[in-house]
Amino acid sequence: MAHTLEASNALHGVMAEFDSGDALVDAARKTMASGFTRVEAYTPIPIEDLNTIIHKKRTVLPKLVLCGGLTGMATGFMLQYWASVIEYPLNIGGRPLASWTTFIVPSYELTILFSALTAAIGMIALSGLPQPYHPVFNVDRFSMASSDKFFLVIESTDPKFSDATSFMDSLGAKGVYDVAE
Amino acid sequence: MADPNIHRPMALQETPVILPGHDFETVTETIAEVPLSKRFPLGWIGIFLVALGLFAVLHMALGYLVLMGIGIFGTNQPVGWAFPIINFVWWIGIGHAGTLISAILMLFKQQWRMSIARFAEAMTIFAVACAAIFPVFHTGRPWLAAYWLFPYPNAMGLWPQFKSPLIWDVFAVSTYATVSVVFWYVGLIPDFATLRDRATSTVKARIYGMVSLGWRGSARHWHRYEVASLILAGLSTPLVLSVHTVVSFDFAVSVIPGWHTTIFPPYFVAGAIYSGFAMVLTLAIPVRRFYRMESLITMRHIDNMAKIMLATGLIVGYGYTMEAFFAWYSGNPHERFMMWNRMTGQYWWSYWTLISINVVMVQLLWLKRVRHNIGLLFVMSLFVNVGMWLERFVIVVTSLANDFVPSSWAHYTPTRWDYMLYAGTFGLFLTAFLLFLRFVPMISIFEVKTLLPQGKIKAEH
Repeated sequence: MAHTLEASNALHGVMAEFDSGDALVDAARKTMASGFTRVEAYTPIPIEDLNTIIHKKRTVLPKLVLCGGLTGMATGFMLQYWASVIEYPLNIGGRPLASWTTFIVPSYELTILFSALTAAIGMIALSGLPQPYHPVFNVDRFSMASSDKFFLVIESTDPKFSDATSFMDSLGAKGVYDVAE
Repeated sequence: MADPNIHRPMALQETPVILPGHDFETVTETIAEVPLSKRFPLGWIGIFLVALGLFAVLHMALGYLVLMGIGIFGTNQPVGWAFPIINFVWWIGIGHAGTLISAILMLFKQQWRMSIARFAEAMTIFAVACAAIFPVFHTGRPWLAAYWLFPYPNAMGLWPQFKSPLIWDVFAVSTYATVSVVFWYVGLIPDFATLRDRATSTVKARIYGMVSLGWRGSARHWHRYEVASLILAGLSTPLVLSVHTVVSFDFAVSVIPGWHTTIFPPYFVAGAIYSGFAMVLTLAIPVRRFYRMESLITMRHIDNMAKIMLATGLIVGYGYTMEAFFAWYSGNPHERFMMWNRMTGQYWWSYWTLISINVVMVQLLWLKRVRHNIGLLFVMSLFVNVGMWLERFVIVVTSLANDFVPSSWAHYTPTRWDYMLYAGTFGLFLTAFLLFLRFVPMISIFEVKTLLPQGKIKAEH
């Protein structure tokens, strides 16, 4: 629980630990209301509100997925059109070469394939993963963030960071820790 | 969300999704101790050895097949499609339950899905892997078959026939396999982080740390994660319905009596989900007992799965009825003969066995007493697996063995290599599934936590 500000030049931020999600949501609201801007919360379960409270912006992922899906559909259709009409036309019983109805299934499947890959890879990449090292892991107690404890961090890049430790102490957290860079 | 049981009289209360007495820590502990334990339980080792034995059989069968060619199978004119396609459809169908649980039930916000989704998805992936063996190897020379299956610029300048359902199937199944793996892995990332943080050995912490990609569970991460999961569920839902639809096109687009029917797509999808839930029960019942997961996979789950089996079983029964009705109503002598031949011809036993399982036996599931009798339910789930295999046998073999020209009729008998290849895929499935149980959290840790009272974070204060 002891924390010092001696090494503050090498700090990533200050971290507060909470026992429940409700306490964390409460603390996050207070923190944002007090004018801190570089804040992040870490939780063992998804809490949809937290993103709205802290970051306010929603992710662009759905738009990326739409682009991915359209690319997949175009790829599927053009691949089949090119192969069946331009590169390797086969006249079977006089049926039209560009019978687009038969191209539906592979186009449909590639739409889903490209969308799903965009969703997964986009989610990982937008989150900056894979990222083996992050300063928050320097705090021993942080290993509980994936189990049953909730954490709030005010980062050292925050303009009001000099007030962060005393503010965190006032939140009624279970513990307040310095996060080494 | 309020407990839906609050306003119900005692007698109507359902078993809760999670038994009382759990908190975040006990959920994490119960699920994470299995992959993190140093010990390999004796029962696990025993079954694993059996699985490896069967896996060896798969290698023998495939090795001999590649050496000798497809003459080692019983497949021949007029039954030019037999065990490989039956087993392919059977395994693919089994996979469908996993996607139904993880995607469709997610969109419907069915909370009971969470405890069983992870290993049902694992079942899907391994079932699709087993299924893929058959189309890849049924040609005997898979390295020569690539150019008409996959569109790649080959030295012969040839391209696949995109107007063929078989090519559609390649796209449907390979997309299904890829998306299932992606969906499964995305679901695993936060749980791998939990294992990383709890691992006592450095090696395990490193490995789980790498596969968790450095997940920290920040608000931003979780937000993107939830959006991505919902999108993946929304994409997997039309995907899973399309896969067995396209598989049924392999038959329905042809002109063979008994195959050329418009009811095939919905009837195949229902049958797939029906057999898939049977397989989930076959796996869940022993697994929850062996790993003492009864407080997380409760009777509520078992009961619900039995109900879905009943519902989809009834759709399958409707499919059989319509097949028979339209064969008669069509007035087409070949269609009429096909149905009569199924019921009374050389394979009559397979038709009536499948009817007694899929139409008659499944009615027992109307009774709550049966749905709550674990032993009986386990045996019934095995029977359903057999029944659904026989359904595909009846469709494929009876229609081909006695087709249009009586002079070409014949009797199909599978050879020992047919049986060995099929048994061998069980080896692949069991080996993969046992490794999954041992090294991967078999239940989603973070999702189950959201079901607990302390996981319900109030939206507004």
